[in-house]
Amino acid sequence: MELFNNLALGFGVAFTLQNLMYAFIGCLLGTVIGVLPGIGPLATIAMLLPATYALPPVAALIMLAGIYYGAQYGGSTTAVLVNLPGESSSVVTVIDGYQMARNGRAGPALAAAGLGSFFAGCVGTLILAAFAAPLTELAFKFGPAEYFSLMILGLIGAVVLASGSLLKAIAMIVLGLLLGMVGTDVNSGVARFSLDIPELTDGIGFIVIAMGVFGYGEIISNLGKHESERQVFTANVTGLMPTKEDFRRMIPAVLRGTALGSLLGILPGGGAVMAAFAAYTLEKKTKLEPGEVPFGKGNIRGVAAPEAANNAGAQTSFIPLLTLGIPPNAVMALMVGAMTIHNIQPGPQVMTSNPELFWGLIASMWIGNLMLIILNLPLIGIWIKLLSVPYRWLFPSIVLFCAIGVYSTNNNTFDIWMVAIFGVIGYLFIKLGAEPAPLLLGFILGPMMEEYLRRALLLSRGDWSVFVTRPLSASLLAGAVLLLVIVLMPSVKSKREEAFVDD
Amino acid sequence: MNIKSQKDFFSGLMFMTVGVAFAWGASGYTIGNGARMGPGYFPLALGVLLTFLGGVITFKALVVETVDGHKIGAFAWKPLVFIILANLVFGAMIGGLPSIHLPPMGLIVGIYALTFIASLAGDRFNLKETVALATILAVLSYLAFIKLLNLQFPVWPVLAGV
Repeated sequence: MELFNNLALGFGVAFTLQNLMYAFIGCLLGTVIGVLPGIGPLATIAMLLPATYALPPVAALIMLAGIYYGAQYGGSTTAVLVNLPGESSSVVTVIDGYQMARNGRAGPALAAAGLGSFFAGCVGTLILAAFAAPLTELAFKFGPAEYFSLMILGLIGAVVLASGSLLKAIAMIVLGLLLGMVGTDVNSGVARFSLDIPELTDGIGFIVIAMGVFGYGEIISNLGKHESERQVFTANVTGLMPTKEDFRRMIPAVLRGTALGSLLGILPGGGAVMAAFAAYTLEKKTKLEPGEVPFGKGNIRGVAAPEAANNAGAQTSFIPLLTLGIPPNAVMALMVGAMTIHNIQPGPQVMTSNPELFWGLIASMWIGNLMLIILNLPLIGIWIKLLSVPYRWLFPSIVLFCAIGVYSTNNNTFDIWMVAIFGVIGYLFIKLGAEPAPLLLGFILGPMMEEYLRRALLLSRGDWSVFVTRPLSASLLAGAVLLLVIVLMPSVKSKREEAFVDD
Repeated sequence: MNIKSQKDFFSGLMFMTVGVAFAWGASGYTIGNGARMGPGYFPLALGVLLTFLGGVITFKALVVETVDGHKIGAFAWKPLVFIILANLVFGAMIGGLPSIHLPPMGLIVGIYALTFIASLAGDRFNLKETVALATILAVLSYLAFIKLLNLQFPVWPVLAGV
């Protein structure tokens, strides 16, 4: 019954006019950036972080969360209508969604994506509410050794599930951890790697890295492509309602997608992108019914399952953040930043010390999902218009919002010079085929990891075996090793590569 | 010896360079030992690890065959230069550059400068369109960031005391 009391408290918080408004703004923005290719939730949340200083913490987090799961809805619209993923989590939706649109079935494809997302979002929120309390209990048993091992597991999880070369992804994490070392060391007061620049003694701002690498780097790379590669062809949408036959096929797919997405969201390293890939792969493995359209030719299951999965994953990836204070992916890493700005230390104590924030955020997610289904289905016409905005108007605006966002974080032009440097670095990463998301995750976790490693070894008097003699820590590390072994098995390895290059 | 994967070869070199730089930097701080870690302990370990990973990546790039050689391809110099330049000029407009006696010109001038320079990065440049876009962005930013969110920006040029 405690759950109901908690949820009642949450809905009380979420149903104030102000919080409803911020949830709406977040969902709206999320949909907009989801629809627009070339700008993702990561860059948007980074841009808006400074603007949330002035807001109360609950409102700020409600809005930022809305952007993340809102983008999962918006991304599918672009995928279906334009044959471009509006979001990286919609990459697989493109495959069957666009084919459906070409066969004149854009409406049912959009409806399948929207309804699937809504169902998954509701389930994800419920799971978040139900599992948060028991996981928090567990979190209080964690000592420094457990936290360190958990972060190892999280970082390994992040690379295992990422696309592309495993070694390069691990190297990017280590690079991120190292960048996190820049600045004053809390224990000794030594300014590390600051190159005698006073601004660097505070460390590199994560907003600077996020905007430079994900904002500018992406824009430069997009502009470098040939115009034909980002040409926009919009399909017509007539009739949203899927047929009875469609419903019969998509319901089991949505259920599978939701289950898989919720599970992968909780796992460290998981989140929306991986959930969508896994769900699509799973659907492809199931047998086609007689008379069913094959995958890649416009099968509705190929739209419903990944869209349900990415939304479920987006919701449940808040679980490790809210209960353990460990961000499972780069967007959640930014949420850590948002909480720190408002003087909230992410971790198990949030639920007891800020219950209205904790439950308010959860309740707002359900309300947000309701807003999103309304925003995305009946109002689909607006988003189709938005898609016709040419990129040559869009990219100067994005550059401007990045620059304004960066400056307003500290009211300091030094950050603007830094973001220029990271813009160049970000473009270099893209050219070298080095995925930048693990870098940001490493950057956020770097200082935490060092701190927990120090404490754990201080308590054990320098004995490294503490990580394997404490059962919880040992099982977390075993999990990390297991993940690596699974991915490196030849049969899985080829499948994994196949899943990512599939088209 | 041929480079089998250009992307991996150069990213490996990048990781090794950065790894060595950090490890070398860290060795200048107190290292300490496991039980009492100095500020150099963790970065040194990470730097060594990164150098090692970079080495493996480079080695694999020389040995493992790839289908298309993973070519890096041409750099998009035009967007790279103009986007970064737009950002730098915006910074100079907001903060001014004391070293060349440039006073802060404020947000509005900065927006026009940024939009103009950034637009040059695209395939086509249309002056009328760019002016219109810059005006829209200037008005919207003024309303949203200055009026609504109350962010602290110099809005107009500061010409006194140059």
